[in-house]
Amino acid sequence: MKTFYWLIKREFWENRGSFLWAPIITGGVFLLLNIMGIITAEVLGARHGIQIGASGGLQHVIAQMDAGDTSKVSLALDIAMYSAMGLLSVVLGFVVFFYCLGALYDDRRDRSILFWKSLPVSDASTVLSKVVSATVLAPVIAVTMGIVVGMLQLLIVVVTLSFHGVNAWQLLLMAHPFRVMFNLLGYIPLYVLWALPTVGWLLLCSAWARNKPFLWAVALPVATGLLVSWFGLMGLFDLPTTWFWRNIVLRGLLSVFPGTGSLVGANEASIAHHVAGNTGLSVMDLANTYQLLASPNLWLGVIIGTGLIAGAGWFRRWRDDS
Amino acid sequence: MSAVITASGLSKRYKSALALDNVSFQIAPGRIVGLIGPNGAGKTTALKAILGLTDFTGELNVLGFDPRKQRDKLMGDVCFIADVAVLPRWIRVHQAVDFVANVHPRFDRAKCEAFLARTKLMPNQRVRQMSKGMIVQLHLALVMAIDARLLILDEPTLGLDILYRKQFYHSLLEDYFDENKTIIVTTHQVEEVEHILTDLMFIRDGRIVLDADMDAVGERFIEVMVNADQAEAARALKPLDERQVFGKSIFLFDGVERAQLEALGELRRPSVSDLFVATMKETYA
Repeated sequence: MKTFYWLIKREFWENRGSFLWAPIITGGVFLLLNIMGIITAEVLGARHGIQIGASGGLQHVIAQMDAGDTSKVSLALDIAMYSAMGLLSVVLGFVVFFYCLGALYDDRRDRSILFWKSLPVSDASTVLSKVVSATVLAPVIAVTMGIVVGMLQLLIVVVTLSFHGVNAWQLLLMAHPFRVMFNLLGYIPLYVLWALPTVGWLLLCSAWARNKPFLWAVALPVATGLLVSWFGLMGLFDLPTTWFWRNIVLRGLLSVFPGTGSLVGANEASIAHHVAGNTGLSVMDLANTYQLLASPNLWLGVIIGTGLIAGAGWFRRWRDDS
Repeated sequence: MSAVITASGLSKRYKSALALDNVSFQIAPGRIVGLIGPNGAGKTTALKAILGLTDFTGELNVLGFDPRKQRDKLMGDVCFIADVAVLPRWIRVHQAVDFVANVHPRFDRAKCEAFLARTKLMPNQRVRQMSKGMIVQLHLALVMAIDARLLILDEPTLGLDILYRKQFYHSLLEDYFDENKTIIVTTHQVEEVEHILTDLMFIRDGRIVLDADMDAVGERFIEVMVNADQAEAARALKPLDERQVFGKSIFLFDGVERAQLEALGELRRPSVSDLFVATMKETYA
């Protein structure tokens, strides 16, 4: 267990730039852009003599709102919090994608694998430490950043509005920061399961390719997809060609992007029906996102992903480049 | 004590060539074995097989382990320095020490730090900021702090200047080696290691062509400096090699009676490099 902790730490040391600094910088840029946007709006507003709520009018508006309107305001505030995570999720997707591609390849290229292999650490735990770094460590850091940035974003919105005479506390009480936090953190276990086939495939390419793992990882499924389309092979199974693209190529390559699970899940009728019955951001509630657990797509992916990871472990053990 | 390494019928075939051809040998504890051979002779393949880094056919027992199945356990007792610069370039000195200290059960942190204190390495320095010599110093500090039973060195001083090379072997002998440890070293700089070797192994085209301890080598191989008039008599004894120096011929004999040779001229002990050249001379022909 101690060894495994240090293996994870090792991954963090090596990838501090992408695991830690990428989300920090993204979050920082996101906040900066927002602040600049607000300042621009304020300046433009002032220049054109638009005084929103200067006389306490806006506060009055809020006081007059009925329950439906209140929920819209809180929806807007929650979206402000989620929006930071949206951007961070895209960055996280790229980080995990390229981390996995390099994880078992870079040290073979610079031959430092000879150093790692001279330590009493099994290849299985090495590969497992990379899986955990990709699916748990990186997302936890990104989500933590997302929560921090989301809170700051909420604060900025509230402070800005309070300049216009709106009671800041009243606004904050309308938002659901803790529910947002809970939903974001709670999504991570689902992400682990959903991302497994892509993580497994990328690690396999990373452990197997003698060079250019990116090319192999992307070109192989895409070329297969083209062949399948060209010869209409899916017709043999009574399935449309798009089935192959969506369930093999895209599922295999893009599942490391958070939220893709929910998108695919939403396509499946039962979930779509369930979501349609709700309004607003309840899509993000764990009760909804975890509907994905009922989908065979998820579990098939877990099984295939586990197999691919085992394959990566095998190549890690026996791949002999000299 | 039983052998540290027992190999029998070891073979390894790469796509194009046979890297190891039915090799058998034993290495006893407390020895320093020089594994010497031309480029592509199979040295590195043999070491990789011992370290469990490659697959092979045949029987191989290293410290009671099968390197194919128990590499991670085996590495608790074996250390390995490959030719320079295999430390990851991003790692810092203190990270490398922390990592090995927490992952390796036989690592002595104090010893490592004492060794590092004698170098110019800074705890926060990254490997990519170091010279080749400094990287080897760091690697050596890590390895020497591990109480391993077998140390494998594959061209450890390649590309180092002479100061670092001398220091490397000096540290190894003074601070590391004892009768419970075994060292296997491959190098092309034969002159540098021949004084510290206890055993010599020549490998060529995947076969072991010489496997003897240094005393036996001294008895078996004799160089004779022969005047021109005696040269024909010397050639009749089928020397391994003949070369000319200052109008005299130097003959290298394998297993010819010492008394018989004394009649021909002055006897000398051949250097390992002369022996190597004589044994391998047709390799590239």
